[in-house]
Amino acid sequence: MFTRTRTRRRTAVVVSAFAAIALAACSSTAVEAPSEEETEDALSAPTTLTLWTWVPGIEAQVALFEEAYPNITVNLENVGQGGEHYTKVRTALEAGTGAPDVIHMEYQFISSFRVTDSLLDLSPYGARDLEPDFTPWVWGQVADDAGVWAIPMDAGPMGNLYREDILAEAGITAAPETWDDFAAAAEAVREQTGSYLTNLPSNEGGAFVGLLWQAGAKPFGYDGAETVTINIDSPESQQVVDYWQDLIDRDLVAVDPNFTDTWYQGLANGTYASWQTAAWGPLFLSGTAADTSGLWRAAPLPQWDAANPASGNWGGSSYAVVNTTENPIAAAELAKWINTDPESTLLLATDQFLFPTLQSVLADDAFAGQELEFYGGQQVNALFAEISETIDTEFEWLPFMDFVYTAFPETLGAEIADRGDLRAGLTAWQDAVVEYALSQGFTVAD
Amino acid sequence: MTALHTGRSRRQAAASPRRRRVSPARRSQLIAAYALITPFILVFIAMLVLPLTYAGWISLFQDRLIGGVSFVGLENFERAIRDERFHEGLGRVALFLVIQVPIMLGLALFVALALDSGRVRGARTSRLAIFIPYAVPGVVATLMWGYIYGRDFGPITQVLTAVGLPAPDLLASNTMLGSMMNIVTWEFVGYNMIIMFAALRAIPTELYEAAEIDGAGQIRIAWSIKIPAIRPAILLTAIFSVIGSFQLFNEPSLLYRIAPNVIGTAYTPNLYAYNLAFVNQDANYAAAIAFLLGLVIMVVSYVVQLGSQRAMRGGR
Repeated sequence: MFTRTRTRRRTAVVVSAFAAIALAACSSTAVEAPSEEETEDALSAPTTLTLWTWVPGIEAQVALFEEAYPNITVNLENVGQGGEHYTKVRTALEAGTGAPDVIHMEYQFISSFRVTDSLLDLSPYGARDLEPDFTPWVWGQVADDAGVWAIPMDAGPMGNLYREDILAEAGITAAPETWDDFAAAAEAVREQTGSYLTNLPSNEGGAFVGLLWQAGAKPFGYDGAETVTINIDSPESQQVVDYWQDLIDRDLVAVDPNFTDTWYQGLANGTYASWQTAAWGPLFLSGTAADTSGLWRAAPLPQWDAANPASGNWGGSSYAVVNTTENPIAAAELAKWINTDPESTLLLATDQFLFPTLQSVLADDAFAGQELEFYGGQQVNALFAEISETIDTEFEWLPFMDFVYTAFPETLGAEIADRGDLRAGLTAWQDAVVEYALSQGFTVAD
Repeated sequence: MTALHTGRSRRQAAASPRRRRVSPARRSQLIAAYALITPFILVFIAMLVLPLTYAGWISLFQDRLIGGVSFVGLENFERAIRDERFHEGLGRVALFLVIQVPIMLGLALFVALALDSGRVRGARTSRLAIFIPYAVPGVVATLMWGYIYGRDFGPITQVLTAVGLPAPDLLASNTMLGSMMNIVTWEFVGYNMIIMFAALRAIPTELYEAAEIDGAGQIRIAWSIKIPAIRPAILLTAIFSVIGSFQLFNEPSLLYRIAPNVIGTAYTPNLYAYNLAFVNQDANYAAAIAFLLGLVIMVVSYVVQLGSQRAMRGGR
């Protein structure tokens, strides 16, 4: 432990100290756009890039990229998913060596890495021109006046994947339309089949935030400078928490941590009869629960107000370039190319089942019209494309989401796991995040 | 280990002859001596003194996302002394130490004595078998045990359910520490056993013969000759174990994935420091925690050493 060291460039700190001014300064002092010739030279010179990502099967896109740029070699590394990935990226950045060139970056983490000045502004490398190609709200997550910080890859509008056979066994023939229906179904499923209708993950802040998002909560806000808004313990959130409290108290839902062995088993063996998940979930599930192919169906999330359907977003990612890269031109090209090349992106959408952010792919019949055997031939993509339209796009993040998510399992998540007092957990989560924000020098707005 | 070595090398350095007239033969010896310790001193400075100094230095600062770096003196230490999460972690590893270390060292001693008695058939094979867990990387061991403990699919649960008994949740908040003690014991019994066994082999066998002639049985020999003779080895394993307990990190860090709500970010002081530095972006406070932990380890190790020396003197 004594050898734990860290080098942080003072300049980076100064930048974050005067974020607003410094960001403006950054963009004005940013590298000038390379000329066409420079770009061509950089892309034809023998180069090795390192890409850290956890997209399954991304080897295919990387191979296409290497075919297009034969002199560039891409080292593909999967250092973990979610929190683990970000911790390793941070560690490499703090250490000053071993950082990759291009990294997988979920939207909610972009501001966390911008506040430490770790991302390369991609606007000098032609990223601005891509704006019209992407879904507007997704573009808003990666770019602002100061720069373009990542290239969107996929989004995660949330829906409901459920076991049609288990629900039918409990006498339910259609997906629950409202959360009230969902509670009634949970009771029936538990009584008739012994399964839990769903699992409310006790460790996953992201999924829970998605549910808050759907309910119209605005837990986070950041003005890009020194002021954050932390409104986790709001009436909207309390409504969500109270709803789950009731199901948990009656033992109608499971409360296991997700992405663990227990949880994979639960999905595969019918312990959980549904999964409220994002648009990247369908493919993930078909790999995890392959034996149950054909038994699953997809539906929108149960609604609070059936007349005004809403959904939230969970995850979805982009590729960002780390500003310590020695090959900014090639790295920026890799991030852009994988997420805009027609062949690569269509493959992402139809083969890897990543929900596209590119307008052209969303409209492509090869994507929207795809019928999936795992879901009994349902056009799952078209369904999620519809859901995507119902997402409230005014959702913001805090510039330290890694802390927010690690605080979740110790506060609200712990209460969920212990089947305890969720309201108290929600308050504890709020308090922990406020305390952290203050300790980091942020001003917390009321 | 390092501390012991340094102590010795410093003493050697101090004992080297004063700067008087030195004969050429003596001089070449001196040069050789210094040349031989230089690699160690260099590595010692680069890998211990410098990082330690650096950690001490940064623990005096505060580095905030907004507001940047500022000198705060001992504020981080003050905060750590009042930090309940740090206390909880320390309490947990102290409990771990008090329960797990005696069990582990007792087992290791028992096995070492059994193997040394020469009455075990296939002693060589059993020695190797007991030592093998130490050769399994801690990461692999923890993942393996995580599977064995698993609530739905683990072998323990499956066996118990098959015979109709209720299966305990070995990864719940009240059982986790015990489950961890079991992993660490499994891993390190063999290692400690080898140290003790090697010490036992060094005891001159004449002593045993003499004792046998005096009518002592194996148990009496073990108690009155063997154990006192290998006391330094036992002390060594005890100090290693004290340090190991306080430094507990791999096991909680890996079990976090299986039971995130139980472990949390501050289960042990080391895990806490790690999370502070790399999740909370607070390397300065993490350095202060690490320093305090180091201090606690030094004090406890010293107390253990002192206590056993006193016991040894009293025994004579």
